[in-house]
Amino acid sequence: MKELTLETLLAVFEEMFGPALFWIMVAAALVITVAYLYVLVRDRALSMRKFLLAQLSMPFGAIAAVVFVQWITSSGFRDIGGPVDVIVLLGVAAAGAVGLAILVYTLQALVQGKGQGSTAART
Amino acid sequence: MSDTTHLRASRRAFLGLAGGAAALMATTAAPVQAARVKTSARIVILGAGAAGAALANRLALRLDGAQITLIDGRPEHWYQPGFTLIAAGLKPAGYSVSGTTDWLPKEATLIAEYAAEIDPEASRIVTASGQSVPYDYLVVATGLTLDWAAIEGFSLDMVGQNGIGAVYAGPDYAAKTWAEMDRFTSTGGQALFTRPATEMKCAGAPLKYAFLTDDFARKKGNRGKVEITYAANNKTLFGVPIVAEKVRMLFGDRGIDVVHDHVMTAIDPGRKRATFTTPDGTTELPYDFINVIPPQRAPDVIRNSPLPWADKWTDQGWVEADMQTLRHPRFANVFALGDVAGVPKGKTAASVKWQVPVVEDHLVAQIEGKEGTAAYDGYTSCPLITRVGRAMLVEFDYNNNLVPSFPGIIAPLEELWISWLMKEVALKATYNAMLRGKA
Repeated sequence: MKELTLETLLAVFEEMFGPALFWIMVAAALVITVAYLYVLVRDRALSMRKFLLAQLSMPFGAIAAVVFVQWITSSGFRDIGGPVDVIVLLGVAAAGAVGLAILVYTLQALVQGKGQGSTAART
Repeated sequence: MSDTTHLRASRRAFLGLAGGAAALMATTAAPVQAARVKTSARIVILGAGAAGAALANRLALRLDGAQITLIDGRPEHWYQPGFTLIAAGLKPAGYSVSGTTDWLPKEATLIAEYAAEIDPEASRIVTASGQSVPYDYLVVATGLTLDWAAIEGFSLDMVGQNGIGAVYAGPDYAAKTWAEMDRFTSTGGQALFTRPATEMKCAGAPLKYAFLTDDFARKKGNRGKVEITYAANNKTLFGVPIVAEKVRMLFGDRGIDVVHDHVMTAIDPGRKRATFTTPDGTTELPYDFINVIPPQRAPDVIRNSPLPWADKWTDQGWVEADMQTLRHPRFANVFALGDVAGVPKGKTAASVKWQVPVVEDHLVAQIEGKEGTAAYDGYTSCPLITRVGRAMLVEFDYNNNLVPSFPGIIAPLEELWISWLMKEVALKATYNAMLRGKA
């Protein structure tokens, strides 16, 4: 890579997905992140009950992300050839897991509304 | 328990985080943009392919008032790095096809015909229709010509039948080659891979296709029915010795046989035999599947002009150019760019990406009455596919040194999934960004 700047990177991603889809995905990620932060601030607490379900969804997010990348690139686990490949694979899995967990948590909080669920975790 | 089940989050922390993120975006997003140079210079770019389009876009950003004219008769733009993927059945032929005009800046004019004559003494081009186009600066970026006629008995209409493939010939021919390779790896027999004795674009491509054929035969459980022979034109498998050694080992591992000093000159589709010249005379090798790659030369309009080297590559006619600046030594207002440039390395899109800023720098400096400082070091990159799902990201320079972009992270001589991901997903995007002058 020559001159790997943020601008270059954005140009590459725009070409990869098409400008419309790329910015829709960026917007979706931003909306989910902001919604997540919103419910955290609104509830002034991380609900462990919601977090439990979010955690339970993580393996599915991890597997889905890995399968998606492998499907897009016509490749599979047998193609892992070196340490950096393992790191990339774990990175993809982690991104999928965290992404889905945030989504699941946020959806629960938004659907249940303020106050519900957060006190239920108290024992 | 209540202490651990509730992590506190506050509005202040949220705002602090958001503010920090915004500040980070602001510091990294501002690109450094040089002031535009005012000029009325007439710049002609011969060829509107990868090199021509990328340079036109860069010049349109750098120059204010320049008259940029591209001359190219080909209506289609081909993303050539995609041919291997098409010929492996992973992408359709349309994957590599777009329009020439899709990539050109609105400030530039396209003359949609081929050049017929180049007169660097008088600084003008004559097009096929007889139009005379004078210039102050000329950039020769015509690409190269595949000399199919040099393979006796061969014609392009044979591709896709009787085991004949030609990945280089274009997207449709690459797709036809895939159909034959798919059939061959199901039925078995002798596969034969060749490369010409001339300079060629992406010298890794012939190797990739041998590896891919091996891979498909294995995946179908038919490797036992398939013999693979790679006929190298000289005593090595690749121009960079350390890479050649690695490929030798991989060919050994995959059971791909190698014959050296074999240059293909003719084909007999009836008897399914290819003729080669060798130091010991002419010889024939049988095939059931073959990837024909012809000698590669500069287009006739270049070869018939005063631009080529007088004492180097005389049978191929590459444009004489300084290895570092890509400027013509005899005509100071002429540059060579891309496949047609007479430099020892760099007939790849990756090289174009490195060459374009160099020519841009020297051309703009010359317009300003200054000296350019950028230098091309021969950088070339080849994601050498060794099977579907793995590649080696080989990058090197004029001195045959490996120059990895990600040293310590992506090993150049290891077959890696990440290198495949880059070829499969990121490469076309990077290429398109380059065409638009953004990478």
